Amino acid sequence: MAALLEVKNLKKYFPTNKGVVHAVDDVSFRLDAGKTMGVVGESGCGKSTLGRTIIHLQNSTDGQILFAGEDVTHVKGKELKKLRENMQIIFQDPYSSLNPRMSVHDTIVEPLILSGKFKGPALEKEADRLMDMVGIESRLRGAYPHEMDGGRRQRVGIGRALALNPKFIVCDEPVSALDVSIQAQVLNLLMDLQDEFNLTYMFVTHDLSVVRHISDSICVMYLGQLVETCDTKELFECQLHPYSKALLSAIPSTDIHHPTKRIVIKGEIISPIDPKPGCRFAARCPHACERCHQPQQLEEVTPGHYVACCRVRELNEAFSRT
Amino acid sequence: MENNMAKKDQRFLSVRDLVVEYRSEGKTVHAVNHVSFDLSKGKTLGLVGETGAGKTSIAKAILRILPDHSTQRAEGVVELDGEDMMALPEHEMQKLRGHKVSMIFQDPMTALNPVKTVADQIAEVVKLHNPVTRAESLERAKKMLEMVGISADRAGEYPHQFSGGMKQRVVIAMALACDPELLIADEPTTALDVTIQAQVLDMINKLKEELNTSMIMITHDLGVVAETCDTVAVTYAGQVIEYGSKEDIFDRPSHPYTVGLFKALPNMNKDADRLAPIDGLPPDPTNLPQGCSFSPRCPYATEECRLTPVDSREIAPGHFCRCIKAAAKATTQEV
Repeated sequence: MAALLEVKNLKKYFPTNKGVVHAVDDVSFRLDAGKTMGVVGESGCGKSTLGRTIIHLQNSTDGQILFAGEDVTHVKGKELKKLRENMQIIFQDPYSSLNPRMSVHDTIVEPLILSGKFKGPALEKEADRLMDMVGIESRLRGAYPHEMDGGRRQRVGIGRALALNPKFIVCDEPVSALDVSIQAQVLNLLMDLQDEFNLTYMFVTHDLSVVRHISDSICVMYLGQLVETCDTKELFECQLHPYSKALLSAIPSTDIHHPTKRIVIKGEIISPIDPKPGCRFAARCPHACERCHQPQQLEEVTPGHYVACCRVRELNEAFSRT
Repeated sequence: MENNMAKKDQRFLSVRDLVVEYRSEGKTVHAVNHVSFDLSKGKTLGLVGETGAGKTSIAKAILRILPDHSTQRAEGVVELDGEDMMALPEHEMQKLRGHKVSMIFQDPMTALNPVKTVADQIAEVVKLHNPVTRAESLERAKKMLEMVGISADRAGEYPHQFSGGMKQRVVIAMALACDPELLIADEPTTALDVTIQAQVLDMINKLKEELNTSMIMITHDLGVVAETCDTVAVTYAGQVIEYGSKEDIFDRPSHPYTVGLFKALPNMNKDADRLAPIDGLPPDPTNLPQGCSFSPRCPYATEECRLTPVDSREIAPGHFCRCIKAAAKATTQEV
C-alpha cells in the first residue's frame, strides 16, 4: 500500500538572536491512509512544529514532504490552496483558535465559501450537515465562542477542519484543554469521523494514555529528533530507547495496587539552540557513554520498530536478562 | 494526656459545612456548598474534580484568601489543631499563612514576583515569621533551594532565568520554607511535563515524609491521586459527592459520577475501542439543580433524585457517598 503521507529528513530551523533553534531536525516517517499516528514528547520537543510544517503553515528548512505520492514540499499559490483542502488542522486551544467575533455558522461556512464550491441554499445545507456531524445543536448556529463550553468550541474547530472533506488532519493537542468527561466525548467523535470518512490523523499530544487509545503507531520525539517509532501496542509493551522508557514510566498510574516502577531522569531538556551533534538525550540518560556524543541513526532494531540509540542492543539484552 | 494527643492527631484539620458564594453579574455563584472533611497529621487528602467543581475555592476559603470584591459569603467551620480559623482576626491569620499553613499555587509563572530574585522571595517569608537577620534568612533560602534540587549558586537569579519545572520548585521551596504543618497544593504539577512531574511528585512525597506534613492535594488527575494520597474527596458542583480512603474510591467507586470519571479515562493498561464519556455538562453554578446536582447527567436518576437534595451517607465505615441509590445498595448488601 502506498503511504498517504511520507516525510523524508524534514528540518525546520528558526533563526533567533541567540542562534539557530533546531525545532525539527531530520525527521522521517510514513503514514498510511486511514491510520492514526501519535506524536508524543514533552513541551519544546518540536511535535507541534512538525505538524505545522507538514501542512505548510510554515515553510520547511530542508527535506521532503510527499502527499499521495506527489512531492508537495515547495507548492505555492493555487496548488497550495488545493493541497489545503486535503490537509487540515485542529488546534489545541479552542479558546484562542476561533475568531471571537464570528458565530458558529460563520466559522464553519468560511472554508466552504473560500473553496467556491458552495453557494446559496447548498451552502446552508452543507453547514447544517457539518454541524450535525460534529454534534452541535442547530440552535447554536448563531452562538459566539464565548457563549459555549470548551467541548463545544472544540467541536466547532473540528467541523471547520472537516468542511472540505480533507484526507489528512493534524490534531494538535485537541483534547488537552478539556476535562476528562468532555475529553472522552471529543475523542469518540474523532474516532467515529475517522471510521466514516477514512481520515488519516497525525495526533500530536503529550498525554500518553490518550495516544495509546487513539493511535495505530507512535513517534516519540525528543528535542526535535525522532528517537523511537513503532506500533502503539509494541511501544507500550517494549520501549527500547532509554527516553521512551523514562517517559512511559513517569505517567502516574491509576492502578493503586500495582504502581509503576518509576525511572526518574535527572535534569531538564537542554537548549534546542545550536545543539551539539550526538544524542540529545545523553545529558539526562543514565546509560550515556562516549559513543553517544556522535550522531545517532534511526535504525530498525526489530521489524517495524525504529530506534535512534547506539546502545540499544546491548542495553536491551541486559534488560531482558534481568 | 496520651488519649488527648491521639484524638488531636486524628483530626488535625477539620472542615465542616463550608459554603462559598461569589457575586457575578448580579447572580449568586454557588461555588462551594456545605463541604465537610477531616485530615489527620501526616496524611494527604486528594481533592479531585473537574474545572469549576470548587476545588480551589475550598483551598482559598481555608486560608481565607478569597477575593474580597466578589465573595458574597464564606462560612463554615475550619478547625486546625483545635483552633477555629474562621474566627481568627486577620493579623493572627497572617501569622499562620506561610508558616503553619502554606499553599503551592497552580501556575508557577504567575505565582512568583518577576522583579525579585528567587532567594529574596523565599527569604521574605522566612524573615516575616522568624526572628532572624537578613543574612540568616538568605542562608535558609539557599538551603531550601538545595532541598528542592536547585543549586545555591542560582539563588541570585530571577524567575525568568528558570524553566517551568524549576520555577515550580522555587514555589514549593517557598511554601516549605517555614516547615508548615499543613500544605495545600493546588494542581502543583499540571503545568509541568511528565518527566518533570515525576521529579516534583517524588520530591513532595519525600519532603512530606521527612517533615510529617499534612497535605491537601488538589488535582484533576486521578493518576496523581493514586500516587500521593491517603484519602480522597471527589468534588462535583461545589459538593463532596464521595469521600473515603484511596482504596474505597479506586476499588469501590460508588457515586455514578466517580464511576463515570474512571470509565471516561483512557486506560494505560487496558485496550478499549471506545471511551464511555459522561453525557452533558456540569451544571451552571448560578442555577444548580433542585435535587442531586449530578442528576441531569446521571443514567440512574429518578424523580426523587431530581427533586430532593441528597445528603452524604456513610455506605461503609469511613466511605461516604451523596447518592440515594448507592446508599440503598449498600444497605441491601449488608442485609
